[in-house]
Amino acid sequence: MINFDTLEKGQVIGTHTVTVNRADLVRYAGASGDFNPIHWNERFAKEVELPSVIAHGMFTMGSVIDLVSTWVGNPAAVIDYQTRFTKPVVVEDPEGTNPSDFEGTTIEVEGKIGALDAEARTARVDLAVSANGAKVLLKCQAVVQL
Amino acid sequence: MGINPDLAGRIYPAGESYQVGREKIREFAAATKATSRAHYDVEAARKLGYSDVVAPPTFAIIIAQRADAQLIADPASGIDFSRVVHADQRFTHHRPIVAGDELLAELYVDQIREMGAGAMITTRAEITTVGGEKIATTVSSLLVRAED
Repeated sequence: MINFDTLEKGQVIGTHTVTVNRADLVRYAGASGDFNPIHWNERFAKEVELPSVIAHGMFTMGSVIDLVSTWVGNPAAVIDYQTRFTKPVVVEDPEGTNPSDFEGTTIEVEGKIGALDAEARTARVDLAVSANGAKVLLKCQAVVQL
Repeated sequence: MGINPDLAGRIYPAGESYQVGREKIREFAAATKATSRAHYDVEAARKLGYSDVVAPPTFAIIIAQRADAQLIADPASGIDFSRVVHADQRFTHHRPIVAGDELLAELYVDQIREMGAGAMITTRAEITTVGGEKIATTVSSLLVRAED
């Protein structure tokens, strides 16, 4: 268990990477019910002026929080979680790759303590999330109850 | 057709309830690559003090997007779904969602902001149990891009 009293603002809680390929997006579409074709159909994505198929913003938001859930040891301790979606996470399907085991795009996450509330015994973890060399989430913050 | 500015302040009452299933929690957790055992294993969840497997922190998006669908499908809204981009999202959990919960979502259109020829729509879903217990508040902003 995390001891609230030993936490300091600015402290890095850890880093995490998530990989995402087209099969992951199909799985997320089915699990979430979000079947927008920009997340699985390259022709359609390009027709609406996207570079290619892009990940659901909610896939990215939903997957990077695992860093916080495992750090605190209880995913339900995340009592507030927010983000802005700034740049799409493009998920390519290169020639010659096997769609089920191609690694896909790597999303990198670093979590830092952004704020502490001693009275409520909550910590705000700020997540820096990037893919393809660009920040893809902004103001990505999770408040955990300790 | 543009976005109807009169949507602001509109409330869409909760439709059919959403039954939170154990397998759905496991499926959603796997789809978001969540690794906590409490999403998959009833015993692990019980050790943390919950009655059944615990939903991941963003699971409520399923319920929120069902509620949003009412607004998008409303012919009075003027929203073309193919031009909608998710701009931001927030979840505030009043208590964790666990398998076995039966939930309702009431949708509030909090704000419509014109952005050039497009618009930013902010909606809020108030999620409760069928018994009226407050479970979560989700706030979503959707950017509806202008037509070319």
